[in-house]
Amino acid sequence: MVRVVLPPHLRTLARVDGDVALEVGGAVTQRTILDALEARYPELKGTIRDQVTLKRRPFLRFFACEEDWSHESPDAPLPAAVASGTEPFFIVGAIAGG
Amino acid sequence: MSGVRVLVGTRKGAFVLSSDGKRNSWDVSGPHFGGWEMYHVKGSPADPNRLYASQSSAWFGQVVHRSNDGGRTWETIDNKFAYEGTPGTHQWYDGTPHPWEFKRVWHFEPSLTDPDTVFAGVEDAALFRTTDGGKSWHELPGLREHGSGASWQPGAGGLCLHTIVLDPSNADRMFIAISAAGAFRTDDGGRSWKPINRGLSSQYIPDPTAEVGHCVHRIAMNRSRPNVLFMQKHWDVMRTDDAGDSWREISGNLPTDFGFVVDVHAHEPDTVYVVPIKSDSEHYPPEGKLRVYRSRTGGNEWEPLSKGLPDRDCYVNVLRDAMAVDSLDPCGVYFGTTGGQLYASPDAGDNWTPIVRDLPAVLSVEVQTLA
Repeated sequence: MVRVVLPPHLRTLARVDGDVALEVGGAVTQRTILDALEARYPELKGTIRDQVTLKRRPFLRFFACEEDWSHESPDAPLPAAVASGTEPFFIVGAIAGG
Repeated sequence: MSGVRVLVGTRKGAFVLSSDGKRNSWDVSGPHFGGWEMYHVKGSPADPNRLYASQSSAWFGQVVHRSNDGGRTWETIDNKFAYEGTPGTHQWYDGTPHPWEFKRVWHFEPSLTDPDTVFAGVEDAALFRTTDGGKSWHELPGLREHGSGASWQPGAGGLCLHTIVLDPSNADRMFIAISAAGAFRTDDGGRSWKPINRGLSSQYIPDPTAEVGHCVHRIAMNRSRPNVLFMQKHWDVMRTDDAGDSWREISGNLPTDFGFVVDVHAHEPDTVYVVPIKSDSEHYPPEGKLRVYRSRTGGNEWEPLSKGLPDRDCYVNVLRDAMAVDSLDPCGVYFGTTGGQLYASPDAGDNWTPIVRDLPAVLSVEVQTLA
């Protein structure tokens, strides 16, 4: 199971507490994680990536194993520790005023 | 017993304010969707328990909620607003071409007869519709593909379609307004549109009387007289008696004719309300005195309404979707400020009281009159 850490507002929207555990088929990449996340929580569609372009929303970043994966290809395999669930995949909102 | 429900969208959540027909004491529910910008919340005239809410965030984009029980519980509905075809470009602030990009829903206008049909005005300016209660949204592309679309330019708030007015006497007729393109009308249910800006004059554009390019802030109608519309333009308060074919200025004795809101009394079609704002860079009332101005003559002659409103040191704004009226007798008038006050008058504007004083900045106010 892959673990995903959501920003607080998206946890509220998806009505979940804490990490989300997801079954991801095949290679574990940003794209397959987000596909699985949106399939399980359709209310998150469009909140992390644009529904038409599938681009990451600009005020969000993706982190795994203390590395910033935001600018990597969405199809690049994530570290084995993320695929095994040892380390979570972090979706992080920008610290911005407002 | 009759009652009213005031739906308030703010920068950090939505609030539902409820009262009986006397409108003296209020229950305040919220914040709903705390922390999110709530651009607009509006109920269906055909089913007052059906509400639609536009929830938006710079971080997480657009979310749309629907309630089937008057705002006690909410469910997410489709939030995919995809332009039809290849949307092309409009103008950016500097006049260069800029691709059409969906940013947010500014305004929901539910059908007068069907709770599952709702129109959505969005930024970048376009009109969408659902006919299945929000399971899916589809653009009415005839508006954006109107020949002038490539020349539309955003106002300071963005290229937003912020006003949708349905004609209760003609299901095929609808009016919309875009900042800063102007007003448009369809007579065939949204398939085709024509600009209705003749008579508007805007000194801030190269051709002050151009067919499009005017920064219309708000349009209002009394249901009993759908050919008469009142408009608060960037500067100037305007009126048409022929469904927008021609407009004339009715600013008259207003202390300033800049402002955002305009609304019409529910039972007196010539009683009109505006909130004058000092200027387009000083977004606060003249002399620090918050005043609603009322005309009982359909414009030109205006009286200040001040009882219960701040008399000094008031520097809030009242945004374009932040005034509404109920349909009780006497007519209630409501408006919200960027300072978080929600003022109500149960007697058509003669006396005002804040229902709440300390909400986040108010973006929109809608009122439902309940049987």
